[in-house]
Amino acid sequence: MPANVSYPDNEVANSVMKESSSQQENGVADTVAREAPADHPVPPEWHEEEEELKYGAKHVIKLFVPVSLCMLVVVATISSVNFYTTKDVYLVYTPFHEDSPDTSTKVWNAVANSLILMAVIVVMTVLLIVLYKNRCYKIIHGWLILSSLMMLFIFSYLYLEEVLRAYNVPLDYITLALLMWNFGVVGMVCIHWYGPLRLQQAYLIFVAALMALVFIKYLPEWTTWVVLAVISVWDLVAVLTPKGPLRILVETAQERNEQIFPALIYSSTYMYSYVSIVNGEDNEQASSSNQSPQSQPTNRSQESEGDPESGFSREWVSTHAERVEQRQRDIREASGGRIPNYNATAQTNVSAQPEFRELEEEERGVKLGLGDFIFYSVLVGKASSYGDWNTTLACFVAILIGLCLTLLLLAIFKKALPALPISITFGLIFYFATRQIVKPFADSLSSEQAFI
Amino acid sequence: MAAIITFVCVFWFAVVPLQHELAFGLVFSVLFQELFRFFIYKLLRKAETGLQKVAENTERITDNKHILAYVAGLGFGIISGAFSLVNVLADAVGPGTMGLKAGSQYFFITSAATSLCFILLHTFWGVIFFSAADTKNYVQLAVVVGGHMLVSSMTLFNRSQVYAASLVPLYIVTALTGVMAFRVAGGSRASLKAACSWR
Repeated sequence: MPANVSYPDNEVANSVMKESSSQQENGVADTVAREAPADHPVPPEWHEEEEELKYGAKHVIKLFVPVSLCMLVVVATISSVNFYTTKDVYLVYTPFHEDSPDTSTKVWNAVANSLILMAVIVVMTVLLIVLYKNRCYKIIHGWLILSSLMMLFIFSYLYLEEVLRAYNVPLDYITLALLMWNFGVVGMVCIHWYGPLRLQQAYLIFVAALMALVFIKYLPEWTTWVVLAVISVWDLVAVLTPKGPLRILVETAQERNEQIFPALIYSSTYMYSYVSIVNGEDNEQASSSNQSPQSQPTNRSQESEGDPESGFSREWVSTHAERVEQRQRDIREASGGRIPNYNATAQTNVSAQPEFRELEEEERGVKLGLGDFIFYSVLVGKASSYGDWNTTLACFVAILIGLCLTLLLLAIFKKALPALPISITFGLIFYFATRQIVKPFADSLSSEQAFI
Repeated sequence: MAAIITFVCVFWFAVVPLQHELAFGLVFSVLFQELFRFFIYKLLRKAETGLQKVAENTERITDNKHILAYVAGLGFGIISGAFSLVNVLADAVGPGTMGLKAGSQYFFITSAATSLCFILLHTFWGVIFFSAADTKNYVQLAVVVGGHMLVSSMTLFNRSQVYAASLVPLYIVTALTGVMAFRVAGGSRASLKAACSWR
């Protein structure tokens, strides 16, 4: 059956699973026997579990670096460029601007804002799923391409302008045009097509950081925190409940044996099939590589406008899809390689087993959605915008702890998991605890230079 | 490292409501820190087998049982040092001259030097503490806790801005603790010479 799985992970995993299920006596088809060559006895289950944990632990480390980098970029920008902390205009989705000094007004303003935002997100997610189910790939691809165009050109230009202004560096328009053009085009190529892995990762991290900066600037104070909390809850609901939109999306993608929008996930290894399938299955290679460019250009028909506010409303639209994809990423990450009910294809030849094992080790990279990057960075960036570095550090560590736990749970449960709730919860707890309780004490300690 | 931030928050949470006098808060902080060091010790010993499974080079952990203690101590030290120093560093970047209008001009250098001492001290204390808890050596345990209390109290002298009063003893204690940790971890003068020789 030429239904070529375009997930490299799935494919290899399918083949490995087939290999293992053909040789396992205990018939546990959904655990992958990573170390059992075809002629060795069955490894006991604890050995496999240990491998699962080792896999989880190794990939935790692989994700620490990009997440930290993204946060670093955001924190560095926030602390040096004033533009992102000055409040002038707000998003069109947050009509209540928390202007009154009364606390309860602020609270209901924030809650109302975040409910409006949440409604928009839900609508967009459902829209995306409807489009996906009806196979309107062109629209989705166009949507995604337009949004990344906007990020890479317009927002990067604005960012560069603000950084130059903050450091009082003059730059002529000609150089600027050349720079921006090159940056943007290389970015589009890297993200939506093929490019060096590190470059693609760097672009994705930068785009996520830009988006986080947008959120930090254009959301009112309390709204930001409430939005973070509400979106974690939404993430939890959308991914784990049976009727959750994201779960439906992922299951549909799995049924159709398709890759979901690889342009919006951060991957620590190549996601392109052509790199991973080196085991000589040419037909799969050809069709998978056909498939990946096809799934890249997603359509998001938005024209750019001069007015930043209405531009941001479209940006919201784009980020919804991003976040949707992000969760699909989480799901993919969980499921890529571990879906037992998925190896319906009989295309794999089990002869290249040692290659499979190697491939598996190399290309079982970990993937995290860009939306996760964005919201982690929003939390840390917002914490750093108040000027206290202890709080920033505490939030940073909290998010990393949450990420660690999430990936561990992923390795244990092997099913779709949202990456936001645990980290954001820890982050919020640590933020408020550090700000209210730790900060005064730490300040008085350091003013006296007393060390504990 | 995860639990370290937890402990930091928790003990500050517990201590801060009580304190108006910094020294009082400080004493409690030290006690809480040592308590949490003990908890981490218990946790790590229990989880050691699990950690070995997920570690990449399993031989290295089993080789030297002090590695875990060193890592724990280093984690404590890094977080403690970061929390003490980072705000001062951030202020140091900004405009101003230390000691021009008020305060001593040696504020920043003292800050940095003391933070360094504390990071090193925490690392050494980690090694000594874990080994002492393993072998039930109460003398060493007392040295760790007492040493911590001593150096923290010494930093209280910084209030009067006579920084030498705290820095000099601090460095002496750091050096002594370092030697002690080295001994505990199994080093000796001979092994030091062997390590330093060109081979």
